[in-house]
Amino acid sequence: MIDPDWIRGFAGGLVIGTAAALFLLMNGRIMGASGLLGGLVDGTGRHNADERIAFILGLIGMPALAMLVFGRPATNITSDWAIIVAGGLLVGFGTRMANGCTSGHGVCGISRLSVRGIVATLTYLGAGAVTMYVFRHILGVI
Amino acid sequence: MRPLLAFISGGLFGLGLMLADMTNTDKVQGWLDFLGEWDPTLAFVLGGAIIPMFFAWRIAERREKPAFGACFPPKPDPIIDTRLVLGSVLFGAGWALVGLCPGPAMASLGYGGTEGLVFFLSMVAGMVLAHAVMRTRPVAI
Repeated sequence: MIDPDWIRGFAGGLVIGTAAALFLLMNGRIMGASGLLGGLVDGTGRHNADERIAFILGLIGMPALAMLVFGRPATNITSDWAIIVAGGLLVGFGTRMANGCTSGHGVCGISRLSVRGIVATLTYLGAGAVTMYVFRHILGVI
Repeated sequence: MRPLLAFISGGLFGLGLMLADMTNTDKVQGWLDFLGEWDPTLAFVLGGAIIPMFFAWRIAERREKPAFGACFPPKPDPIIDTRLVLGSVLFGAGWALVGLCPGPAMASLGYGGTEGLVFFLSMVAGMVLAHAVMRTRPVAI
């Protein structure tokens, strides 16, 4: 009954949560991917750019190294360029407007019982589910 | 010390996303497809991630400051404004279209091909655009 993917997902989740716990207890920072990258590209995080760059280098570099050992994982990303660009723009714009994404609002916010984190998570889940229904089941484009 | 710990934290985050298969857009889109072939894996990932963080917040409450920092991040006021809700709606829509959010978009850059790179660059453009818009219209939005 238990799908092995769920166990893998749970184990991966524990590693993600450990990463966030380390960042909080050691550096006093919230592990939010959109905020760490966003502050770097829009200049608002210039005062701690070294910490941001180090985090992102680890985030990109360690999976790339793991790929060399365990093989290339499938991303199954769409090849529709219009969808890719539109999705990227929406994710970038929306996460910065809302001040957080799945890691900041989701993992760090919910675990802190933050009202903003919980509301944001329910909102992007709801919007994601509606978008999925419209674009997959009505329009049939994703 | 802080950059080294940030590197380790970022690395663990990426490996966790990879292990959980969250850089696989099929898994994420499957999770959002509640009325299709629904894939509940993401709930296990989020559940697993919340557990260590739940305890980390409890520990932080009992400490004055982090090991290598001046203070813990203050808890934001529970203000639900247009920015939070509208921003989350836009993010959710983009998340569903491609199946990538900012963490996995970066974690998969090493193996996501040109498509993954173009998504990342579009995301960065969206972030810069958001900053420009929010700065010029701080009250309206």
